[in-house]
Amino acid sequence: MAELTTRSKHDEMKETIQKGGNEKYHAKNSEQGKLFVRERLELLFDDGILAEDGTFANVLAKDLPADGVVTGIGKIHGRSVCVMANDSTVKAGSWGARTVEKIIRIQETAEKLGVPLFYLVDSAGARITDQLEMFPGRRGAGRIFYNQVKLSGRIPQICLLFGPSAAGGAYIPAFCDIVVMVEKNASMYLGSPRMAEMVIGEKVDLETMGGAKMHCTTSGCGDVLAKTEQEAIAYARQYISYFPDNFKIKPVIEEPKLPANFEKTIEEIIPANQNVPFNMYDLIDRIVDEGSFCEVKKLFAAELITGLARINGQSVGIIANQPRVKGGVLFHDSADKAAKFIQLCDAFHIPLLFLADVPGFMIGTQVEKLGIIRHGAKMIFAMSEATVPKVTVIVRKAYGAGLYAMAGPAFEPDACIALSTAQIAVMGPEAAVNAVYANKIAQLPKEEQAAFIEEKRNEYRAEIDVYRLASELIIDDVIQPNELRATLEARFEAYKTKDISFTERKHGVRPV
Amino acid sequence: MMTTVKASMAGTVWKILVSEGERVEAGQDVVILESMKMEIPIAAEEAGIVKNVIAAEGNFINVDDDLLEIEND
Repeated sequence: MAELTTRSKHDEMKETIQKGGNEKYHAKNSEQGKLFVRERLELLFDDGILAEDGTFANVLAKDLPADGVVTGIGKIHGRSVCVMANDSTVKAGSWGARTVEKIIRIQETAEKLGVPLFYLVDSAGARITDQLEMFPGRRGAGRIFYNQVKLSGRIPQICLLFGPSAAGGAYIPAFCDIVVMVEKNASMYLGSPRMAEMVIGEKVDLETMGGAKMHCTTSGCGDVLAKTEQEAIAYARQYISYFPDNFKIKPVIEEPKLPANFEKTIEEIIPANQNVPFNMYDLIDRIVDEGSFCEVKKLFAAELITGLARINGQSVGIIANQPRVKGGVLFHDSADKAAKFIQLCDAFHIPLLFLADVPGFMIGTQVEKLGIIRHGAKMIFAMSEATVPKVTVIVRKAYGAGLYAMAGPAFEPDACIALSTAQIAVMGPEAAVNAVYANKIAQLPKEEQAAFIEEKRNEYRAEIDVYRLASELIIDDVIQPNELRATLEARFEAYKTKDISFTERKHGVRPV
Repeated sequence: MMTTVKASMAGTVWKILVSEGERVEAGQDVVILESMKMEIPIAAEEAGIVKNVIAAEGNFINVDDDLLEIEND
C-alpha cells in the first residue's frame, strides 16, 4: 500500500512539473502565438526529449516546476543535440539558482559529448530575490557566458529567441553562432523601456528599442527573422544539418542534387555592362543543389549575401556581393557580417565560396566616421585565417580592396577563377581614366574629349582583360559562365583533403 | 499615410524614374543613384501615388536623404 502511494505521488509530482506554470500563463502564451516549452521541444526533436535532467529541480518550492528551464538531450536528423529551454509559464522564465546550475550542467554535458547545444530563450532575466545564489559566484550566471565563449567553435551553439532576452540574459544570443528571432515576440535589450525612461529619460516602446525586426535589420544581433515559432524551429533544424557535431569532425555529406532548372542560363542573366545591377540570388540558385540554400542574416547588410548551401551534397558557405543592393559595395556592416560568417564556417570545416562582383569598399565621410577601415579589416582578417578550402569566383568585377576582401589571389584561395566576362583592377575603366587623365581631358577641346576618353578606356580594358591576368598566372583559370557549377563540383571535391594550420602563435590580435 | 523613399547610400541622383501623380507598386524602382561607378536602383517599399519628388537629377545626396514622397493606398 505504502509503495502504491509513493508511486502515485511520484507520478503526480512529475505530471505537475511537466505541465509547467499556472494555467493563466499558458493562456497568455497562446494569445501571443507562443508555444509551451515542451511543445517547442517536440517540434525541435525527431522524437521528443530523450534524456532530461533536473526535472525535479526546486520541486519542494511547489510553484517552480523544473525551476523554469528544461534541459536535456534529443535528436535532430538522427543526431544527438543538447538543449536548454526556458519555460515562460514559470515566473516568466526567470533564472533562479537551480535554473543557472541546470544551464551550466547542460553546457558541460554538450562539451563532454561533443554535440551541438540549442538555447531556446524566453526569459525575463534574473530573479532578484535569488541574486546572491545565482548572480555573482563561481557557478553563477556569469559562468554560463564563460562556458559559451569556451564552447564557441568547439560545438555549434544555436539560439532560438521566442520571447525576451533581457539584461545579462541578452548575452546568451550574443555568444551563439546564430540567433533566430520570432517576429513581435522576441526581443533583446539591456535595459527595458521602463528602465530607459527612468535612467536616461528616453520614451520608447520595446519593439522599436529591442524588437526582433530591429535586431535582424539594423543592429545585426539577430540573424534570422521568423514569422512563427514553427518557422524558427524548422529553420534551426535545417541550419544544423550543414554542420558536424563538433570541430573534430567534418560535416555530413548528403545525397547530391542538381541545381533547380531555370529558363535562362548563367550567361544570360549576367548583364554585359559592369555598372548595371543584377540579382546575385539568381546566380546562387543556379550553382547550388536544389533547395539547399539556407541564408544567414538576410535582412542585415543585404549588399552582401551570406548563406549555407550544398554543392554536390557537400556543405559550403557562400559569401557573395549583391549588386542589386547598394551596387554590391562593401560597407562597415557587410564586412562585419562576412567576418562572423567566415569564422563560423571555418570553425566547423565548411568550405568557403566567394562570389565576387564588387566595386570596392564604400568611400566618403560618413563611412570613415563609422570606421569602415577597421570593420573591413575584420573581414580580411577572418578570410585570411580561414584554412578550409576557399574558392574565389570573379563573377563580373573585383576592384580595389574588394578583390582582397573577397579572397583574391594574395589570400591563398585554393583557386581564384574568373568568368570570361570579368574584370580585376584597382578601379574600373571609367574611374581609372578619370583619375589618370583628368587634367589632360580638361585641356582638350570639348569635341575631342569623348573620343580620347573612349580610347583610353579601351586601352585600360585591354590591360585588365582576364586572359591577360590568366596569362600572367594571377588567376588560376578562366571559365565560361555556364561551366561554373561543374567547376565548383570538381574543385570542392578535389580540395577535400586540405588540412593546414594558418600559423603558429598564441592567437592573432584581431581587429574589432 | 505618406512614406518617404530615402537614399540607401551616398551618391549622385542619376535618374528619377517617376513623376508626381504617378502610381507605383511596392518594389518598383523609382530612382537610380550613381555611386561608386555603379547604378543603384532605389525601390518604393509600398505601393501608392507619388506626391512629391524632392531629389533633383545631378544632385549629391547623402545616405538617408529624402528622395520622394509616396501617398500609400
